[in-house]
Amino acid sequence: MLGSAIIVFREALEAALIIGIIAAATRGIAGRGRWLTAGLLAGIVGSLGVAALTERIAQLAEGTGQELFNASVLGMAVAMLAWHNIWMSRNGAQMAREAKGVGLAVRSGDKTLFALFLVVGLAVLREGSETVLFLYGMLAGSESGVGPVLSGGALGLVAGALAGLALYAGFLRIPPKWFFSATSVLILLLAAAMAGQMARFLVQADLVPSLLSPAWDSSAVLANESPFGVLLHVLAGYDARPIGMQVVFYLAAFLLILAGMAWARRPISRNL
Amino acid sequence: MSFIRIAFLAALAPSLAQSADAEILLTIKEHRFDPAEVRVPANQKVKLLVQNLDATAEEFESHALNREKVIPGNSKATLYIGPLSPGRYSFFGEFHEQTAKGTVIAE
Repeated sequence: MLGSAIIVFREALEAALIIGIIAAATRGIAGRGRWLTAGLLAGIVGSLGVAALTERIAQLAEGTGQELFNASVLGMAVAMLAWHNIWMSRNGAQMAREAKGVGLAVRSGDKTLFALFLVVGLAVLREGSETVLFLYGMLAGSESGVGPVLSGGALGLVAGALAGLALYAGFLRIPPKWFFSATSVLILLLAAAMAGQMARFLVQADLVPSLLSPAWDSSAVLANESPFGVLLHVLAGYDARPIGMQVVFYLAAFLLILAGMAWARRPISRNL
Repeated sequence: MSFIRIAFLAALAPSLAQSADAEILLTIKEHRFDPAEVRVPANQKVKLLVQNLDATAEEFESHALNREKVIPGNSKATLYIGPLSPGRYSFFGEFHEQTAKGTVIAE
């Protein structure tokens, strides 16, 4: 029971933290609850589908189909986060100023809710399909009964969700005047982190060179598997032993989105 | 025509042989890796073929190698590692961490 609780917790944690960030970033936008719940549900349904197709996906591209799948999912999520941040830097800052606070920055923010619905769905899809495969294996392996496996899984899921909720509650304590900039930075880092992850899968499938493996090793200072390492991994893409190409993708995504945000904020002269 | 082709291939062959990736087979059976110690050449990219003989899925994971990959039951998957500096790199099966353990030794 404990075994399945721990593994389900690990898989659920990453998705829960991502949802926590997105929920904080969409605070005050009307209808976000519906969109985020829909993303969660779509992700769960998608997980079952992906888990059922795992063998077929795995056999694509000479045994590297899974990497291609993961890289595509991450690429799509990065694009959605980029679009959200660029759109918000044009409209959101003004919205927040006019409303004198984020709580009232409602209305037009819903344009990017669809993008964030996809991000939530894709995050749940990735982690969820692995969870389904693991639980299925545990049940089929009949090493332990059905009851303990499922109750352990439920326990892990609840613990993961609580961690996401705690992160969200923490973000809500950010003072309103910094809230908009803080969430923009969070989304920017999340997008860069996902771009770095994407590079990892492309290197693993040998589609791009690794450049350096690893680029550095800081595992003695902060290991990936330590609690703070996990948090920093999800929030900012921390990796104790990053591949060179991972660093390149991370920086490229970070700078491109930042440039997009600066471009969107430029003063509009003629016409509109 | 065919002479030119043979000459061309002969000229190309040494470089092809050099760039071919080392290929290593790793099997999973009863939630254990075989071999548990995988020797690979250092400083070159290595193609790792992981064959899962169990009916259930396993996740090949390694913090040291910075790799993770789900291997479905009764199937085979490919992942590339390295180029690695000489040394020992541990890996494990996340779904059966108690038994599925191994080390890549680059030398």
